Amino acid sequence: MVSVCFYFQVHQPNRARKYRIFDIGKNHDYFDARGNKEILERVAQKCYLPTNRLMLDLFKRHPEFKVSFSFSGVVLEQFEALHPEVLDSFKALVKSGHVELISETYYHSLAFLFSKPEFVAQVKQHQNKIKRLFGQTPSVFRNTELIYNNELAEMIGDLGYRGILAEGADKILGWRSPNFIYSSPGKNKVKLLLKNYRLSDDIAFRFSNHDWGEFPLTAPKFARWVNKANGNGNVVNLFMDYETFGEHQWPETGIFEFLEHLPEEILKFEDNDFVTPSEAIARYKPLGVFNSPEIISWADVERDASAWVGNDIQKAAAEYIYEIRNEVLKTKDAGIIEDWRKLQTSDHFYYMCTKWFNDGDVHKYFNPYDTPYDAFINFMNILNDLLLRIEAISKKPLKGKKIEEFRLKFKREANG
Amino acid sequence: MLGWEFPPYKSGGLGTACYGLTKALSKKDIDILFVIPRAPFEIKSEYVNLILADRFITPNFREIKVASNLTPYLNFEQYSKLGSIGQVGSGFEPNYGRNLMEEVERYTELARAIAMKFKFDVIHAHDWMCAKAGLAAKEVSGKPLVVQIHATEFDRTAGFPNQIIYDIEKEAMSRADKVVAVSNFTKGMIVRHYGIPDEKVKVVYNAVNFGEGKELEQRDDHVNLKWTDKVVLFLGRITIQKGPGYFLEAAKKVLEIDPNVKFVIAGSGDLMPSMVEKAAQLGISKNVIFSGFLRGKEVDAAFKMADLYVMPSVSEPFGISPLEAMKNGTPVIISKQSGVSEVVKNCLKVDFWDVDEMVNMIIGVLNYKKVGEEMSKLAFKEVMGITWNDSANKLVKLYRELMS
Repeated sequence: MVSVCFYFQVHQPNRARKYRIFDIGKNHDYFDARGNKEILERVAQKCYLPTNRLMLDLFKRHPEFKVSFSFSGVVLEQFEALHPEVLDSFKALVKSGHVELISETYYHSLAFLFSKPEFVAQVKQHQNKIKRLFGQTPSVFRNTELIYNNELAEMIGDLGYRGILAEGADKILGWRSPNFIYSSPGKNKVKLLLKNYRLSDDIAFRFSNHDWGEFPLTAPKFARWVNKANGNGNVVNLFMDYETFGEHQWPETGIFEFLEHLPEEILKFEDNDFVTPSEAIARYKPLGVFNSPEIISWADVERDASAWVGNDIQKAAAEYIYEIRNEVLKTKDAGIIEDWRKLQTSDHFYYMCTKWFNDGDVHKYFNPYDTPYDAFINFMNILNDLLLRIEAISKKPLKGKKIEEFRLKFKREANG
Repeated sequence: MLGWEFPPYKSGGLGTACYGLTKALSKKDIDILFVIPRAPFEIKSEYVNLILADRFITPNFREIKVASNLTPYLNFEQYSKLGSIGQVGSGFEPNYGRNLMEEVERYTELARAIAMKFKFDVIHAHDWMCAKAGLAAKEVSGKPLVVQIHATEFDRTAGFPNQIIYDIEKEAMSRADKVVAVSNFTKGMIVRHYGIPDEKVKVVYNAVNFGEGKELEQRDDHVNLKWTDKVVLFLGRITIQKGPGYFLEAAKKVLEIDPNVKFVIAGSGDLMPSMVEKAAQLGISKNVIFSGFLRGKEVDAAFKMADLYVMPSVSEPFGISPLEAMKNGTPVIISKQSGVSEVVKNCLKVDFWDVDEMVNMIIGVLNYKKVGEEMSKLAFKEVMGITWNDSANKLVKLYRELMS
């Protein structure tokens, strides 16, 4: 038998507003409220609302059908503030009993790469939010953009999680199949569900690609491919952005019809079923150890963290933001702390990516900047203002390598 | 090919493009007969000697110099001034036109005579002054004509075209067999303002090198100038098209925030006196340096000493200078109203009128050093891939289509 495990990522960042040099010290409003609202509204109408309606319907028609979701804390905040209707529709899905919720960092951040204490703080903050909104306590974790290594498994195991979702990266798997449960090499033996990137990306990226040899992709065809894992795998992990449905792939591509018929087509094969991540790791024994000392992720052909911290400007921006952690927390100023954390969302660093070519289109998705260099200047202007706010409270100039490197070198009036 | 004299002769981007295209074309399987206007007295100047030394020599490249006072970017007023400084009727060539249009007519007739004398398969004319000559050559030979537009009258005048020049451009493009535009930006102008059908206009981008892999040369941290200030460079003709006024307004605002910046304006042009005056009015004369027109190695030196190059053009059909800056490892800000912004990725792009954003970018690059480093590092690699060979291949393909 083959079990299909769906996991959908739901996330929208707080994109920064155009923040110019003239704003520093005068304007502490960093985020583009209007633009973010417009995008959320658009994605709600194109994806979240119609897909949730379809999901609820599918749950009624197929009691066996189930999926898992991971919501970033920042998208949940946006739903609460701007679109309670969307939040309610997700709550209804969870209430149906067909949905497992996955844990992640509240701010969809890269904290794991730069500050372990910050990482743990955000995982806990997210856990609380999920419990409060949905009444579930996640037992499986996924890190931002499926960024993963052995060390992450140990930390997550120490926090009491039983499983982690990760990329089925060829460079780690080698000849082995992603369609089994694996375990981490350390003392915690955390169970790993690895993304079947071929089948996942057939839906997420190739579905509407006319140049693709398998175009058009139909539910019966896809179900046959999934069924091929029979005899050579237990679980097919289909991980993708939820925005695939209706937003990345528009309704005209037939993506909703595909989704509508997929459960019945998969269930047509005897013994095939659907599992959530925690069911999968309870049911199947690990086949072996997935040993990834290096960082892997689900992004780009490299499957590493280079989409976020691959170049010098990305590294500098990320190092800066984590360098000031202690000073930020010491202010005990809720506004400063929240702004600082919202600036940690991985998208801000993604916009500074200078890997063009094949992956360029993905990087353009709702990207507010003309170039990565704009993104960096904007981000650094904001950090310079944040620095002034912190120093206004600490009453002394902050010190640090990145602070010195990027502090504006001329005299300006302090925070007014 | 009816073209223009090569750099370092004072001809701006048009000469550079003619040089790049013909040099790359001369390595292909075609013969080029290159016809250029040349005032005879120029032959005595040191720069012409420089050109001759620099000129590539291949058996399939021949050149005809036609005695004429025409240079690119001339307007009626400037042409009449040429007369007053004694070049027209100076004894070398008594029959020059009394005004620009007469001279264009005279050149056209000379081109007609050349076209009758020589054999060729395709005529390729660069910009409006040569376009009329191209039409004449087409009339007598019956051969297909390609008119390449490096700048329209709308670009040169920032939207206030001279009717006579506009009419010539329109007639030439309408009667040409094919029009080559240096960017989609320019193609859009040609289709919109001149009513030329979209499918008749082919885009062939300019380039900056010939594909020889090179390492980035040593940059100059302006030790020679004994400056500790950062240097922001404007390089180009000081004309309304190039947006020097926006550069000065940005300079003023930058200096209000950071007084330790020098703004260098390299180039000459009809707006030079008013820009000197404007700098004084803005109270920033101390920080604005007018270097005059730069040639050859001086241009590279200017880029190398600059911390940042800004091209605030109001309407730039292509814009080769940013590519030259990138080749010299200088970070670049270019106006979005330019053809080159379609081609390059590793630079900052700004609307020419958005002075505040320009200031934001200038301060950003000068103060967040990493951004300039990352940008210029990748820009250098990028620009090495933008070759005249690619442009020439597109032209050869076009010629073959027209001949068959």
